[in-house]
Amino acid sequence: MADMGDSGGGQSGGKKRAKKGSTRVDMTPLVDLAFLLLTFFVLTSTFSKPKVMSLVYPAKPKPDQVVDAQAQKINNAITFLLSENKIFYYEGEYYSAGNPKGKPATQLKETDFGPSGVRKLLADKNKSVIIGKAKLKAELDSKKIQEHEYLDGLKELKKADEALKVLIKTDDKAICKNFIDLVDELRIHEIGVIAPVDLLASEYELIKAKTK
Amino acid sequence: MAEVKGPKGSPTIDMTPMVDLAFLLVTFFMLSANFRSDEPVVVDTPSSIAAEEIPKNIVLITIDKGGRVFYGFTAGEEARKNLLIKMAAKYKVKLSQDHLKKFSLLTSFGCDVHQLPQYLDLDPEARKKTTGSIPTDSTNNQLKDWINFGNIEGLAAGKIKFEEAADKDPEVEMNEFKPKFILKVDGKALYSHAKNVIETFRDLDLNNLNFVTSLEANGEK
Repeated sequence: MADMGDSGGGQSGGKKRAKKGSTRVDMTPLVDLAFLLLTFFVLTSTFSKPKVMSLVYPAKPKPDQVVDAQAQKINNAITFLLSENKIFYYEGEYYSAGNPKGKPATQLKETDFGPSGVRKLLADKNKSVIIGKAKLKAELDSKKIQEHEYLDGLKELKKADEALKVLIKTDDKAICKNFIDLVDELRIHEIGVIAPVDLLASEYELIKAKTK
Repeated sequence: MAEVKGPKGSPTIDMTPMVDLAFLLVTFFMLSANFRSDEPVVVDTPSSIAAEEIPKNIVLITIDKGGRVFYGFTAGEEARKNLLIKMAAKYKVKLSQDHLKKFSLLTSFGCDVHQLPQYLDLDPEARKKTTGSIPTDSTNNQLKDWINFGNIEGLAAGKIKFEEAADKDPEVEMNEFKPKFILKVDGKALYSHAKNVIETFRDLDLNNLNFVTSLEANGEK
């Protein structure tokens, strides 16, 4: 394009040969400019748009509504407790020392965010859902069921009695990164019921004793 | 046998393809770029596997490392003006037309509503140096009003958009146009700071919250 050549010079008998070299335009500044702009846009543009992770918090009870904690009995639950960089958990309900039911007092177990910590625990506890999901997925892939049936089935699985439910409690030193990491981990392991709830005073004492 | 002669002119390279390529790339980046919006603080969000994108109509609460709270509302300039008029009326803050205009262009801010006129008079760079935060304590919970009015204005703005969209496609659902509530929390912030804000949302019976996270890098964990 820029190479105009001197094709028009031959007609006048070859006498007017003022310019011998080609009349190329020097494109170096253009290239400089183009790459400058390119660098600017590469550096300023944000490619990875931030994503959002939705989390439904339990609704606050209305003032005139009497909350009966025992009525909402949860069958298969784990409670995670976060403090600073540590994560503790216990299974089932909370029993204080010397409770009327005569159950042993709840002990906190410590775990971590590594592959052998929370991840392994959740994979073990939530097996029914994970296996059920794999089955549904196989059926979906072999076109036995439709997409919406698959999604409905998954919802049912997550709500079922044997599916794991998780409560998350945080103390005053817990940091947001750990909270979100934990919710993320729960999502990975297909846990449908995630409830961030308030810490009991007695649980706080247990954490304090553990972190000392 | 004729002797093979080299070209006579200067040994320039034809740069045309290179220019073509460079401009092609420039064009691509120009069109695909979405610039970082001007935010009052830098917030380092944690990563997760979540793949949902941030919706358009949102009430965004930003919490930085130190627990300062910022408020942002993206339902459009008109809705933002209405929101400020309502807030100013409730807290009896006097604002000029100029303040309204400036506020309608503001992405996110963090200051007491009574200091808002002074805050808006500052230029954008000076605003970043302020250390204010939106009060969230129970005696003076301005955040609650911001969220509440934001929700009302967001619904109104969403309804207009929904009606426009429904004319073209009768199958759209109103839910898509409702304002969503987004929390952008720094990973290092204490959860108790976030909890304050979350409790405020729950007080208003808004229980479906979204956390901003960056996409998890592959093989990071």
